[in-house]
Amino acid sequence: MDASRRGFLKIAGLSLVGAAGGSTLVAAIGEPGMAAESLTADPPASGRRLAMVIDLRKFGHDGELVERCIRACHRAHNVPDFGADRKNEIKWVWAEDFELIFRDEEFRYLRRDLQGKPTLLLCNHCDNPPCTRVCPTKATWRRPADGIVMMDWHRCIGCRYCIVACPYGSRSFNWADPRPHLESPHADFPTRTRGVVEKCTFCEERLARGGQPACVEACADDEIVFGDLNDPGSKVRRLLAEHLAIRRKPGLGTRPEVYYIVEDPRTLVETAPAAVVPGAAENDHV
Amino acid sequence: MHDAAKIVGGLVLFAAVMTSPFWYNALTAAPAAAPALDPPPNGSKECVEPRAYMRANHMDLLNEWRDLVVRAGERSYVSTANGRAFDMSLSRTCLDCHSNKADFCDRCHTFMAVDPPCWDCHVEPKEAP
Repeated sequence: MDASRRGFLKIAGLSLVGAAGGSTLVAAIGEPGMAAESLTADPPASGRRLAMVIDLRKFGHDGELVERCIRACHRAHNVPDFGADRKNEIKWVWAEDFELIFRDEEFRYLRRDLQGKPTLLLCNHCDNPPCTRVCPTKATWRRPADGIVMMDWHRCIGCRYCIVACPYGSRSFNWADPRPHLESPHADFPTRTRGVVEKCTFCEERLARGGQPACVEACADDEIVFGDLNDPGSKVRRLLAEHLAIRRKPGLGTRPEVYYIVEDPRTLVETAPAAVVPGAAENDHV
Repeated sequence: MHDAAKIVGGLVLFAAVMTSPFWYNALTAAPAAAPALDPPPNGSKECVEPRAYMRANHMDLLNEWRDLVVRAGERSYVSTANGRAFDMSLSRTCLDCHSNKADFCDRCHTFMAVDPPCWDCHVEPKEAP
């Protein structure tokens, strides 16, 4: 082969660029073994760890409560309604059939009575969120103080990398200007603009003023419970200690913080008086 | 040099004619009218900071508030002027007094030919029911 000086330099340069690009890609995707590690890692013990427990024993089969939660959230946060136009749909809280959100093998025979029934979904505010790792502008990040996966819409450039990274479909992109699709914007909360990604923020603006998330307030009977997992006396901790709760796609290692209690609704009646007896509820159902 | 007087005279005349609008305006025109901004309709006399500071720096203050609230999760601003605490919120604090956005924000922004994107997202109280 007749290698000229020029040809040699070209190939050397290209190889250098390729090597640099490859290592950046590896760094962006994460070190090998990271997912396995995150499966066993303890949740952060410092600060608050806000979590939500959705009690599927209490959600009826009619979906009326699910609708009420969605309406309350979307009204409070100026989420536009695009009707049947699924391409433009914006959702903070939404519903999907039970068997579609728990597709893993382990859940196949779980709560067959909920098959085809709308089940509430929202951002899982993961402890190990893949969406924040890929954001090139730090427009989304996990707040170390309380674990909320927050968004800064001022900073989002609309690259949609986070939408690709989120395994739960929790993020929506504003393909169109949302303003014309809002009947009357709520002055307490900004709307978004075209070209911005949005999602549930666990109602951090309501929490900051001492309130509860809008979907929690829309419930009358603790169908959704919200609280701090790092507080041993909190209602969420007690519920999770006493009842069998599952999370979406736990095998991915994202450590979601939205739990679904999937026990038989009859346990509500059986355990109501016995709830004060420690361990009684656990022994029944584990 | 032939016809020097004509050439120089012509140049002087040309310069005088070309710059005449500037001379005319400099000698006759009144200074540009600064926009008169309406005071807060609720009669409030005290802003979060002194008037002169707000006039010159409100945009920096708002950017600082934005970052503190959204990114640092801090919501209380203590005024350096009077030590009072304010909720760092454009719609709750600023517009609570300056509810006349068209006669306050917009009038000066139009005069200065600036177009801040605040209202692309933040909702003017009037728009809400």
